[in-house]
Amino acid sequence: MSDALNIIQDPTLTYRQELVGLARLGESTDDSLRYSDAYYAAKARGALCDLNEGVMPFRPRYICPDYELLFRKGCDFLQLDPPKDLLEAVNVLEIFYCHVPSITTYPVYLGDLDKLLEPFVIKEDREYAKKVLRLFLRNIDRVQTDSFVHADIGPEDSVTARILLELTEEMQLAVPNLTLRYDPEKTSDDFALACVRCMLKTAKPSFANHRMFVREWGDRYAIASCYNGLMIGGGGYTLPRMRLYECALDAKSPEDFLDRELPKYIDLQLEYMDKRVKFIVEESSFFKTNFLVTEGFVKRENFIGMFGVVGLAECCNHLLGITDVKKGFGLNPEATRLGRRIMDAIEKRVSEHVAPYCDAFDHHYRLHAQVGIDTDGMDDSPGTRIPIGAEPAMLDQLEVNEQFHPYFPTGTGDIFKFEETWVKTPEAVLPIIKGSLSRGLRYFSGYLENNDVVRVTGYLVKKSEIEKLRQKKQSLNQVTLYGMGAQDGGHALDRRVQAYE
Amino acid sequence: MNKAPVNKIIPFSNVDGPGNRTSIFFQGCSFRCQFCHNPETIRLCVHCGACVPGCPVHALRQDADGQVRWDPKACVQCDACLKACPHSASPRIRWMTVEEVLLEIRRSLPYIEGITTSGGDCTLYPAFLTELFTRVHEAGKTCLIDGNGALDFRSHPQLLSACDGVMLDVKAVDPAWSMQLIGNDGTSVLQSLKYLLQAGKLAEVRTVIFPGRDRENAETVRYTAARIGDRCPYKIIRYRPFGVREEFQAFLGEDTTDAAYAESYARLARDAGASKAYVI
Ligand code: SF4
Ligand code: SF4
Repeated sequence: MSDALNIIQDPTLTYRQELVGLARLGESTDDSLRYSDAYYAAKARGALCDLNEGVMPFRPRYICPDYELLFRKGCDFLQLDPPKDLLEAVNVLEIFYCHVPSITTYPVYLGDLDKLLEPFVIKEDREYAKKVLRLFLRNIDRVQTDSFVHADIGPEDSVTARILLELTEEMQLAVPNLTLRYDPEKTSDDFALACVRCMLKTAKPSFANHRMFVREWGDRYAIASCYNGLMIGGGGYTLPRMRLYECALDAKSPEDFLDRELPKYIDLQLEYMDKRVKFIVEESSFFKTNFLVTEGFVKRENFIGMFGVVGLAECCNHLLGITDVKKGFGLNPEATRLGRRIMDAIEKRVSEHVAPYCDAFDHHYRLHAQVGIDTDGMDDSPGTRIPIGAEPAMLDQLEVNEQFHPYFPTGTGDIFKFEETWVKTPEAVLPIIKGSLSRGLRYFSGYLENNDVVRVTGYLVKKSEIEKLRQKKQSLNQVTLYGMGAQDGGHALDRRVQAYE
Repeated sequence: MNKAPVNKIIPFSNVDGPGNRTSIFFQGCSFRCQFCHNPETIRLCVHCGACVPGCPVHALRQDADGQVRWDPKACVQCDACLKACPHSASPRIRWMTVEEVLLEIRRSLPYIEGITTSGGDCTLYPAFLTELFTRVHEAGKTCLIDGNGALDFRSHPQLLSACDGVMLDVKAVDPAWSMQLIGNDGTSVLQSLKYLLQAGKLAEVRTVIFPGRDRENAETVRYTAARIGDRCPYKIIRYRPFGVREEFQAFLGEDTTDAAYAESYARLARDAGASKAYVI
């Protein structure tokens, strides 16, 4: 049976999901963008992975439009005037979102919704504003049917943010993903507590270390997709990843890995990125003709290449001959120290490479702790996470995270699963988050063990939707399928529960 | 060197006072509550050796000097020793100095609002607590005592000024009922209640409601509520037989206190003046 027929006959795919699948298939029929033989060999053995980005990139992977500009000057191409009231504002956004490309075909960044909408919200009666925002969120959930669709709020409190939190709780939707930029000086405890309460009931928002991101990106940064740090008015060209466990399989010792194997694979991934970035900028039409570019909603200077890694834990454990994950990376100081050495080496080599079309970032790519895909199984844990099932007590887990999060300006994060009693004590959760962010944690996500909406590896799915797929029914959200794969292959929902013990 | 027997330290706890706290459990208690959920914290080990042979991983041994010693690295926390001990004790105790406790809790300090000392009854070690609290305050964190009320705080003014508050269990008001329930007539608890209120150091009060004990429950709740008023939270707790030793389940029954029944005492408490009374 052909791949196309498989897609066409799959009973669990919606029409749009079939369309995306077929488009990907069509894209793969052209292989004129070539890499070195060594790259293909590394890919074939699973050491490097292109994340199914497609062989012919026809747009950057992640796009974060400048929605403030849209509100200021409107959009010629879409014939939208600057909005004058709340109804117009959400209507402009709803239309615009449908024209923002990405790897998923859905917009991965919806804007800083609180800041964008606050001027309009405060002019309306609160109940009316809430009703409009309810319909707005419903539109996003049913039209942008992908859990990598992401909106940001904070760091300051606002009427809009509060309404969005209330609606998030009332509506229990998996889309959009939501992040609070947390800054101890700008985010009040009261607002942060409201976010914690909402997180315990809906698995969102997550908490981003605002100060850390501002230090690296300036204050015009977006959190998009899972937890990706990018520039507003820009985005990410491409995100391939080194699967560090597979990269280490041929190494005879940690030293051999650091001296020989690791640099080899880093260079191959850099070669791959350079070619793709050049292709997107020079060959594809996106940066020449797309209205987002021609009208200035994104600028080429604000794009960056994201250098991804996964499976640091398994890599270290393999190199040290550790077979019991409970005695490995994150729980064993020697393995964790080796992890630091490996990350230092990757960071150094990537920062020495002159990257094309990354002029706004000193001509360098930036690191990304890739969150894993459904087919990774248990071979490569997301980014630098401790393998599921081996997580130590929360304090130890946070301390390990704090060592590794600073490496990843284009995103990393960890997830904590709480048991029921914490719902009643949000004021006990907040100091943990605050403490950890102040000590170098970049991104904190939490959810409650028995919620329907749960966080898988970085994105949200509904457990009830996974059930639908198991019964061979369709799920509107195209990410549900990944959730099922991650649950089956990676036991992603079995992470340690933070209980009182 | 001032040492105290520490049963365990929990880095993060959301149930031992406001916010996230590190809980330090001390060994030993002068009361004998029928419904104790941690009976292994009541007495100090007498080194009888009864628990040693049952340890599946040989984490326990009795040395030539007669002392039973525990190897925390080998222990797999199976609790077999606790069940085997005929003395309501535990071999898994560490005699720690204040310095040692501080070293262990130092890592949790950035993530917590403060510490709570509990037990057993931590107030068996007032000098130790005073020193510990003084040092924890230097790190900018709060210190709460979770106590049974046996200690006469009036004779320990330094301890009281070193701590930020006391969470107190008022288990029984009627002396005869108290005797039956906790093996003590409870006078010291009621005095503690009064004195801590005067000193402004009462952080919260808790009372367990027992199924079918209408008169006793009502007396305890009414008395306590009238005194604490709106000055601190009053937590009404449902009796749960889970974890209570079998011989005492015979006395208190095998039923969990009904939620609605407990709720009626929260109402009674509020009617009697404790505006911050609720069931947990
Ligand atoms: S809890 Fe530890 S010391 Fe006690 S019996 Fe089990 S392994 Fe041995
Ligand atoms: S813990 Fe109990 S059983 Fe074990 S030696 Fe001490 S008193 Fe005896």
